[in-house]
Amino acid sequence: MNSSQLKKQHASYLLDLQIEKRIVLAWQVFILFAFFTIWELAGRLSWVDPLLFSYPSKVGNLFLSKLVDGSLMIHTSVTLLETIAGFILGTVLGTLFAAGLWWSRKASRIADPYLVVLNSMPKVALGPIIIVALGPGYLSIIAMGASISVIITTLVVYHAFHTVEPNFVKVIRSFGGNKKQTFVEAILPASFPAIISTLKVNVGLSWVGVIVGEFLVSEKGLGYMIIYGFQVFNFTLVLLSLVMIAIFSSIMYLMVEWIERKLIRN
Amino acid sequence: MSFLHVDSITHAYFTKESAKVAISELTFVIEEGEFISLLGPSGCGKSTILSLIAGLQQPTTGTIKLKNKKITSPNNQVGYMLQQDYLFPWKTIEENCMLGLKLTNQLTVENKERTLGFLDEMGLSDVKKAYPNQLSGGMRQRVALVRTLATQPDLLLLDEPFSALDYQTKLKLENLVASTLKTRKKTALLVTHDIGEAIAMSDRVVLLSKHPGKIARVFEIPKHLRDITPFEVRNSPDFGMHFQTIWEELEAYE
Ligand SMILES: Nc1ncnc2c1ncn2[C@@H]1O[C@H](COP(=O)(O)OP(=O)(O)OP(=O)(O)O)[C@@H](O)[C@H]1O
Ligand SMILES: [Mg+2]
Repeated sequence: MNSSQLKKQHASYLLDLQIEKRIVLAWQVFILFAFFTIWELAGRLSWVDPLLFSYPSKVGNLFLSKLVDGSLMIHTSVTLLETIAGFILGTVLGTLFAAGLWWSRKASRIADPYLVVLNSMPKVALGPIIIVALGPGYLSIIAMGASISVIITTLVVYHAFHTVEPNFVKVIRSFGGNKKQTFVEAILPASFPAIISTLKVNVGLSWVGVIVGEFLVSEKGLGYMIIYGFQVFNFTLVLLSLVMIAIFSSIMYLMVEWIERKLIRN
Repeated sequence: MSFLHVDSITHAYFTKESAKVAISELTFVIEEGEFISLLGPSGCGKSTILSLIAGLQQPTTGTIKLKNKKITSPNNQVGYMLQQDYLFPWKTIEENCMLGLKLTNQLTVENKERTLGFLDEMGLSDVKKAYPNQLSGGMRQRVALVRTLATQPDLLLLDEPFSALDYQTKLKLENLVASTLKTRKKTALLVTHDIGEAIAMSDRVVLLSKHPGKIARVFEIPKHLRDITPFEVRNSPDFGMHFQTIWEELEAYE
């Protein structure tokens, strides 16, 4: 095969890839569009109870009016800040705990059964206690967002620290490196991929913690909007909150993926 | 006073199930500038001996003295090159080479330049900004050598540095390593499975037997083979004879 033939083959291969990509995108757009159309029709033509399931244009109108009176901004930003704070706190604390456990083998042995218990416990069940301890405000909600991810982060990151290729440690030690240098030069960078993958899980977990926290505290935020809408039987409001949550949790997830690409080469 | 004196060392590994004696009553001496090979069957304790000399572990009994000083912990007079390169994939080639200097707080301009000079000598200056996964096995092994040499150890411990390489690369690297160490007047202890490599590179070959690791025999390589390159040794007329002798001994201890 000569080089011009090869080039042609390559061009057609690239074209195939392009077409494939377009088809996938077309399907995705179609499904989205179909979903909203059917929902709208179902609501308007009363195939389903519009009081319960509402319909997109109604949610859209509510979105606009809430946007204009400023309340949506407030609720969304409160939830978003709480979630980001809980997410960062949970991840950082979990990683610090893991570092502590790595540092002292004995501590990790002693902590082991407690970590198992704490991990299997549904953290949201701690909600009322947290609220009593920290007061019914954003502190409790952030604490709930963090508590739900901190133990699993500790376990996953500790496991990653523990399973770092022992020969990397041997290299450091053979140069006379101490424990701190071992951690900074080998253990931590080798575990970056594991830490990043816990970030992805923690995004989802923090949303759970924060929304449940807002259910319980019932003061502000998207979780509050859901519980309020439920109580006054305004499901348009509930659905609006869900749409906002879907949008912002996806954005957070994309941001974590972006950080992942920045931090990890290949 | 000899350069390195390994004095009747025994080392046992303890696990829950058993206490296993890996090497037993091992004694040998290396003079400054010598190149010694340790040859023996898998599991006879070759890597254990190196990690004891590197100070990564303490022998259960016996002592190891370097220039008359007991080795109790890793020190920068000994450079240890592990069985595989173990370059840090998140560091560039240059950063990998500077690791030892960084860990021992010796990142001076002078030391950095000398290390970059080594890299250049090894034909690696084009890839110093690359990452290890972009390099071939032979290149990675050369980087590992530079990393080990960067802290200017007097004694080099080489644990099967060429075993993962293809034959041609291996022959080339043998020459490169031999000449690099000779010009720098380094003392070296090479662990290998390869009889030919042991003959080609060393002044003496120490044959170990298994269960537990013990010195079975020591072969002196004749002077005329020591002074030529490993590749020339492999092609010399009496290479086959030495190979045969060691092969038969090894067979007897397998
Ligand atoms: N950390 C350890 N714990 C328990 N036993 C060990 C440990 N390291 C090595 N051993 C045992 O000690 C013996 C010697 O091991 P060593 O790694 O020194 O052998 P080797 O000669 O380097 O083998 P190879 O040629 O396969 O690299 C082996 O039988 C091995 O099972
Ligand atoms: Mg070995």
